[in-house]
Amino acid sequence: MNEMTSPGSMITTLKDWETDQEVRWCPGCGDYAILKAVQRTLPQLGADPANTVFVSGIGCSSRFPYYIESYGFHTIHGRAPAFATGIKLANPDLDIWLVTGDGDGLSIGGNHLMHVLRRNVNMQIMLFNNEIYGLTKGQASPTSREGTRSPSTPIGSFDHPAKPAAFALGSGARFVARGFDVSKKLPEVLMAAHAHRGAAFIEIFQNCVVYNKDVFDDFAQPKGAEDRQLWLENGAPMLFAGGTRGIALDREALRLTVVDVADGGWESAGVIVHDVTNRSIAHMLVEMPFGPFPMALGVLYDDPIPTFEEAVIAEREKASAGKEPNLAKLLGTGQTWTVDQSAGHPA
Amino acid sequence: MATQTVEDTGPVAHTAEARPEAVVVRFAGDSGDGMQLTGGQFTLSTALAGNDLATFPDFPAEIRAPQGTLFGVSAFQINFGSHRIDTAGDAPDVLVAMNPAALKTNLAAVKPGGLVIADTGEFTRRNLEKAKYSVNPLEDGSLAKWDVLAFDISAQTIEAVKPFGLGNKDALRCKNMWTLGLAMWMFDRPRGPIHDWLRAKFKGKPELAEANIAALDAGHAYGETAELSGPLHQYHLDPVPTAPGLYRTITGAEAVSLGLVAGAQLTGLPLFFGGYPITPASAILHHLARLKEFGVTTFQAEDEIAAICAAIGASYAGSLGVTSSSGPGIALKGEAMGLAIMTELPLVIVNSQRGGPSTGLPTKTEQSDLYQAVYGRNGDAPLPVIAARSPADVFECAIEAVRIAVQYMTPVMLLTDGYIANAAEPWLVPNPADFAPMPAQFLTEKNAGDELLPYARDAKGARPWIKPGTPGLMHRIGGIEKAAGTGHIDYSPANHQEMTDARRTKVLGVDVPEQAVEVGNTTGKLAVVGWGSTYGPIHQAVLRARAKGRDVSHIHVRHIWPLPANLGELLRGFDKVLVPEMNTGQFKTVLRDQFLVDAQPLTKVSGQPFQIAELEAAIETYFDAIPGDAGGEEIAANLQQLPNPEAGHDDGTTPRDLRLMHDRDN
Repeated sequence: MNEMTSPGSMITTLKDWETDQEVRWCPGCGDYAILKAVQRTLPQLGADPANTVFVSGIGCSSRFPYYIESYGFHTIHGRAPAFATGIKLANPDLDIWLVTGDGDGLSIGGNHLMHVLRRNVNMQIMLFNNEIYGLTKGQASPTSREGTRSPSTPIGSFDHPAKPAAFALGSGARFVARGFDVSKKLPEVLMAAHAHRGAAFIEIFQNCVVYNKDVFDDFAQPKGAEDRQLWLENGAPMLFAGGTRGIALDREALRLTVVDVADGGWESAGVIVHDVTNRSIAHMLVEMPFGPFPMALGVLYDDPIPTFEEAVIAEREKASAGKEPNLAKLLGTGQTWTVDQSAGHPA
Repeated sequence: MATQTVEDTGPVAHTAEARPEAVVVRFAGDSGDGMQLTGGQFTLSTALAGNDLATFPDFPAEIRAPQGTLFGVSAFQINFGSHRIDTAGDAPDVLVAMNPAALKTNLAAVKPGGLVIADTGEFTRRNLEKAKYSVNPLEDGSLAKWDVLAFDISAQTIEAVKPFGLGNKDALRCKNMWTLGLAMWMFDRPRGPIHDWLRAKFKGKPELAEANIAALDAGHAYGETAELSGPLHQYHLDPVPTAPGLYRTITGAEAVSLGLVAGAQLTGLPLFFGGYPITPASAILHHLARLKEFGVTTFQAEDEIAAICAAIGASYAGSLGVTSSSGPGIALKGEAMGLAIMTELPLVIVNSQRGGPSTGLPTKTEQSDLYQAVYGRNGDAPLPVIAARSPADVFECAIEAVRIAVQYMTPVMLLTDGYIANAAEPWLVPNPADFAPMPAQFLTEKNAGDELLPYARDAKGARPWIKPGTPGLMHRIGGIEKAAGTGHIDYSPANHQEMTDARRTKVLGVDVPEQAVEVGNTTGKLAVVGWGSTYGPIHQAVLRARAKGRDVSHIHVRHIWPLPANLGELLRGFDKVLVPEMNTGQFKTVLRDQFLVDAQPLTKVSGQPFQIAELEAAIETYFDAIPGDAGGEEIAANLQQLPNPEAGHDDGTTPRDLRLMHDRDN
């Protein structure tokens, strides 16, 4: 069902994607794991470093391009989607990875993130969500949970957090996925995002060990992970906890519920099968509260439509059809008249 | 051309066959009356008649201001003559007032003895109230110092289009064509081209075309018959002897678009335009959106910031990135300009200045963004600034902006203003072959042996342009200070000093032509120094002063930053330096700072261009107390020279009747 982007044929190794720059994230930062996952994914995609562009905004996550041996543009706070759109329109052949964070992408750059998703510009958008402003030393971010104590919220934050995946889907995204920094499945999610033709949004939970340490441990820590993580797979039933529990749809109340599954009888328990093209269920999955429910991870939604750059190219071709780009003719178009050589006044 | 002198002709004598050298006509009506359309077509016929001309469209910020109100008045002024014309004219000889509000807001500007034509059909009690008239001015003798021709244009129009079976409302929409017909008769113009234009415009609706043509012809016929009895007379203006060739009328917004396309072709680059709707800059986006066959991509972004960021992204990827806005939008783009300066990528930023600060006067002209252009960014962030003097001049300025941006790898700001953007003037169409190609160069292989140095510099101080997609040249750029040469992140003190100096040296080293003197000698008593759209009135005022024997010269600066190298020396050759500008003295301050000259300001921020008379008066004050000199009497400025409707709010879109010029299809 996915219209695959033409698979790359370049043979590279992880080493080929490392730069000579010293990585400057804090020791133990989740960004290291994400960097490795990306560097591991790119060779599997057959990606060509010369044809790959990493574009970022400002923040810890946005230092990412400096550490990938490809073309990289570290831009200004929140605006990376706008730069990436311009790059893609100027050269649609480039493979663009956008790196942003919860502050960069959802606070100062929320507007641009919304529009790049709505327009469906073909690129992978990785939003590193650590629920805090790291580079500015630990202020509450738009995804910080209520009650987060930080230098700017000493008694605890009281604004309601934004939900990145719900924001993306609500903005019109055609691909929404989730993963987390140290997850072994992250490369798989990144590959699915790359295979999607259009704007592919990936929320990556990332541990800020200095200002918001282990805030995702409730679902990300390895111990008991299978009880708290729902890894979605297209065409497979939504099962977790070793297949003993699953997600069902309460058809009366139109909401998801957790049901027990005995002896693999998920069908009789009413567990639903994940269909990545089902937008209604996707809306429920991105809103599914962690606690009563497991954390939904993997590809939540994937249903491609034509991309923005394709439309722009098609429009340009249509508008140019049969027209000759003759500048001399263009300059002399409109309300014109000729002054005669001999008379020196209008002929 | 620059030595031509101009007579102040005074009010036009209304003899049966007046032969004035120049006439100023103003059409004023409700913003729904199609005055801009009327003005535009009258401009074309004037150009076809071989007269030189300048126009000034003046319209309210409101799209559909309530009908008949003072703030809903839209006006179009044209000055045309049998000699060179530089301004839209100080005061109209003829005012066409389509309703009481139009009369009220425009009357004071009309020359004493001038002709006022009014549509009595619109002088109803209700419209008089809306215009805040307690008594009908057509009947109370208050118009005694003008010739008045008042009759029912509305009824005449309805009568003329009767055979076409239009409803009353549609019939009245032909009123502007009736009025245009009358004006065509007054100035002895052939109607053929207007007939052709109407038939083309209403292609799918022949009955509307024919109705409009009937209205036009009826207005013309009315002139013929009314001539015998009233104050209406025909005027004949001889054509101006001009250089032979193909001419067209052009507005500043059109000229920017054409100049950018020409610049892109000369550099061999695809053009990427990122814009966001804002008055008065939107027209550039509209024009370019229709030129896709020239490799133009237009992108209407979600906001001003995204518009410039996308343009920078496109430049990074190897296109010519361009963005455009007006003051408030330029302010929003400031941070991104800093990134383009830091990453040293080519970019053209067009600022169609309007009255400020904040939302200010969206549809009125001003030159108050000069500080913003030269200084308005965080950090030491120099970029070249060019200012266009007239609609036609914008074409060359846009090419010059592209040249500097591409050759020096830098953002360049091109300043125009609301007046230049909207005003039209005749333009001798240039031959693109006369412009030397200036192909852009991209780096295709490593530039330092085995090493790539993205921040190596050429003789001009420019770094190489490296497109992503080029094999083997992968590198990273961004807004953090770069190490000289490698472009790696580098915060070290010596490097920041070196890079700040390098960026400054590069911009100050841009090859700018020597400053010439427009009119007058290269030394003398007084230099009047202008920039941008004040060119016309300064030029005329200096010509008039010189005709009176004053030792005054006109210097007009295109390159605002860096300034021409000889400008300081040139200014020091004059006893006095006067700088007229439509702000509170910004260029004056720059000149003082750069050259330590005692530049004196002459400022005006009424939202209206300078009048020639204002500048003449200012020049005269410098020649007081000189033996044998008559002395300069203060001539009070007539602030009502041009219509100045009170604007309430701005919603930042193209005014209604300008939109009609482009889109009216019913």
